[in-house]
Amino acid sequence: MKSIFFHFMPYRDLPDDFDKKYESIWVTPPNDELCDPNMVRQYYKWSLDELELADRLGFDGVGVNEHHQNGYGFMASPNLMAAALARRTPNNSAICVLGNTLALYSPATRVAEEMAMIDCLSDGRLVAGFPVGTSMDVNFCYGVTPTLTRPRYREAVDLITQAWTRPGPFTFNGEFNQLRYVNPWPKPLQKPHPPVWLAGGGSVETWELAGDRDWTYNYLSFFGYQLAQKVMGGFWETMDRMGIDRNPYRAGYSQQICVSETDERAEEEYLEHVMYFFNKCMHTPPWFREAPGYRTRRSSEFAIKSNQATELVRMATMEKDWKTLVDSGMIIAGSPATVADRLIEAAKTLNAGNLIALLQIGSMPHHLTEKNITLFAEEVLPRIRGQWADQGWDHRWWPNGAASRVGTLAGEPERSAR
Amino acid sequence: MTNVMTNPMPPYVLERNFELVNGQVPAKVYVAGSGEPVLYLHGADGLAWNPLLEALAGQYTVYAPEHPGAGQTDLLHLRDMWDLALYYDELLDALQLPTAAVVGHSFGGMAAAELAANSRPRVSKLVLIAPIGFWRDDAPIADLAGISPEQLIQLLVHDPSGPLAAALAPPRHDPQAMFEAAVRMASILHFIWPLPDKGLKRRLHRVAAPTLLLWGTGDKLVSPVYAEEFDSRLSDSRLELIENAGHLPHLEQPTATCERVLKFLR
Repeated sequence: MKSIFFHFMPYRDLPDDFDKKYESIWVTPPNDELCDPNMVRQYYKWSLDELELADRLGFDGVGVNEHHQNGYGFMASPNLMAAALARRTPNNSAICVLGNTLALYSPATRVAEEMAMIDCLSDGRLVAGFPVGTSMDVNFCYGVTPTLTRPRYREAVDLITQAWTRPGPFTFNGEFNQLRYVNPWPKPLQKPHPPVWLAGGGSVETWELAGDRDWTYNYLSFFGYQLAQKVMGGFWETMDRMGIDRNPYRAGYSQQICVSETDERAEEEYLEHVMYFFNKCMHTPPWFREAPGYRTRRSSEFAIKSNQATELVRMATMEKDWKTLVDSGMIIAGSPATVADRLIEAAKTLNAGNLIALLQIGSMPHHLTEKNITLFAEEVLPRIRGQWADQGWDHRWWPNGAASRVGTLAGEPERSAR
Repeated sequence: MTNVMTNPMPPYVLERNFELVNGQVPAKVYVAGSGEPVLYLHGADGLAWNPLLEALAGQYTVYAPEHPGAGQTDLLHLRDMWDLALYYDELLDALQLPTAAVVGHSFGGMAAAELAANSRPRVSKLVLIAPIGFWRDDAPIADLAGISPEQLIQLLVHDPSGPLAAALAPPRHDPQAMFEAAVRMASILHFIWPLPDKGLKRRLHRVAAPTLLLWGTGDKLVSPVYAEEFDSRLSDSRLELIENAGHLPHLEQPTATCERVLKFLR
């Protein structure tokens, strides 16, 4: 199993009354009142230090993503952070940009160029994430018409993959991108192009795209592996219907994780920061979550039928304490043994070979984040890395310039192959 | 009062269906009454039978189409207001109406103005009830998608505690109905996202039809100051204000609204 330390780069010091006083963590939290660049310069440094630590300690990958006008993640340009990481990750972890919100860029060749730059800078270690993007980012912050979100996304996917694979210059006559000369310098180092990982929230169309193009699908939510079951179940059913194998490396999921010496100690150390996350960072009104027209009729009907919204609302609004968070799987927390056991259970339940490990949560300070990363790398990784190793699946979506830290079964010494 | 959006059409209203834009966009039109034709274009709240349609059907043949995109339609065939103006021109062809008076409310007013600017000889008279189509920094129009349904209702009606406000409440218990309402809203937002200023300012001067502008004095969604944008660009227009009405004067003050519209069309 591949473990990727993923960072949202949140604002770690929102005021205590934030969720009472302000409407939303996203789109409208007033920047002059809440976002102090003097704090942000420290957060950015901590965040990069934490990602670099994860590389040194042997994570398979480090991950960043894109959000806009958002207090829990203000990495407006993940490519800037990925470029910095490309130069400061000597242990050759994969650099997972999950990803660029394609529908925002016009022309989308900008994404093809920047990702190719990162791939060359990192000696072929880039994972290219192609999320559709949230309604908050795409429709509300960047003004893309909701009904055009997916058409723009699909066209950008076509344009970028063509820019990476066709000899330039060529002409692209799209609905949203009309270019006489497509000829990016450079093309990516990896051939035919960096592995593409889709990131989604449960749209039928995205699963089908993953199947059609033979790309991975990653369900990125904050509500943990139990809620992810419905979505990943839908993904695998779609793969079955399309006649595609159940290679677990086709799938990834995100999970908030808190590791300490003991289960009790985990609660003492992390509860405050996890509560900060759920109370403040998830404070978004329903009308921002999905502008009318953002989701297609098909996906809306699936969501209604499978009760997705109701489930999400239930998870979002339920009374949260340490026990409910742990029992519901929203967090996986405790001693290394407890955490490893549940991660293996989760991987099996979801049939997922890529763990997007969220180890910096909410207000979690730098020193505690370092502890979480270190304990995970030293005590949990060796226990979970061998998951799937005995089944013979090939991870065809791992960047070929990145280290392949080969999974072993428990008790065997670890090898590193490159 | 029953829910405004789920009011069924009365039995004397006929439904006619067409396929427009080279067969790619289905059109549904409700037809009632007899006499000279009046085309009615609804607002973002969707098409339901209302007192104004009832009054118009008493003296005219009223044609009330649903804006395209509320059903399964792929709105990619209609990308912008220019496509929509041509779509309504095609609809007049399909209805075999060489000319018609056109009445539009809110977004429907914007569409009606675009149609009148484009198909000048076809629009004999124009009634715009609280139309959108402009943007003023001194009177911003609320983000229809970026506020709660409850807040939106507060902005729509003059009397937020009256029966109309209650009748506009969203059907929260019914996810499918909520979704259909979102699709109707999406079909409007498609043309006006993120702000409704889509070039009408460059085209409105072309309108030849005598125009009546109607505005509720208490319109909190689209301030009556927007009437200036229309008045200053139209060669033959008059503004009438409806007292004790917000953004829905035809529902809030039906008698006063219907009287003015009928008098103007006469």
